[in-house]
Amino acid sequence: MTDEDGADPEDLEARVEELEERIAEMEAGTDDDGKSMVIIATKGTLDGAYPPLILASTAAAFDWEVTVFHTFWGLDILHEEKSKNLGMSAVGNPNMGVPNLAAVLPGMDAVTTKMMRKRIDENDVSTVEELLEISLDMGVEFQACQMTIDLMGYDEDDFYDGVTVGVGAATALEKMGDADVQLLV
Amino acid sequence: MENEPDHSLDVKGESCPMPVVKTKQKIDQLQEGEVLEVVATDKGSMSDIDGWASGTDGVELLEQSKDEEDGETVYRHHVRRTNTK
Repeated sequence: MTDEDGADPEDLEARVEELEERIAEMEAGTDDDGKSMVIIATKGTLDGAYPPLILASTAAAFDWEVTVFHTFWGLDILHEEKSKNLGMSAVGNPNMGVPNLAAVLPGMDAVTTKMMRKRIDENDVSTVEELLEISLDMGVEFQACQMTIDLMGYDEDDFYDGVTVGVGAATALEKMGDADVQLLV
Repeated sequence: MENEPDHSLDVKGESCPMPVVKTKQKIDQLQEGEVLEVVATDKGSMSDIDGWASGTDGVELLEQSKDEEDGETVYRHHVRRTNTK
């Protein structure tokens, strides 16, 4: 018995079976259907350190595979000593309520930083160090760009334990190509 | 709330992202089927725990409540571990 196209039902059955097998193979091949995210962190200011760390730790809580690639001033977030003393300026930030003309005066960055630290403390916001530690604990991969480590004159031992050094743009791009979410902050 | 929790996590006084991150760390230690109660004061935890539970395998948000306790607003979240990988 054949249908209009002349196809044998047994052949069709065999084809369906074959397709089912291929689908099963494909599904098995994408077994790790978990999401992944790559963040390029370029800022080393106190306020600039929060977005990458908050997103990284939260994505890890979603079981995403997370890589944060730190370059230029973003390296300071991973720098054990500098990360505890990140500063910020009211210059170029009109929302801080300090006129730029005053904000450029010597000592004003320290005042602005102190003001922000006070707010962070009063609002029970985690410190940069706490966010970094918990992110490392949750398996976030922190990478420190080798070219900028050399450029800034940093030592590889300056960074927190668990930070990957000796990586460059190609390492980041390879990860970004496969990632579901890529952010430059 | 109906579901009697097996474990409790106090994240009162902690703000984003800690309620979600610490809930994840704690729930990873639970057995399949066990329920965790998360007690928070972060207003954003209502939306965040909900979103996290929706987007994460192996967890199910059972219920959320908001109460006034000792002059502060307390948010409770009951999350069940549905499978262990």
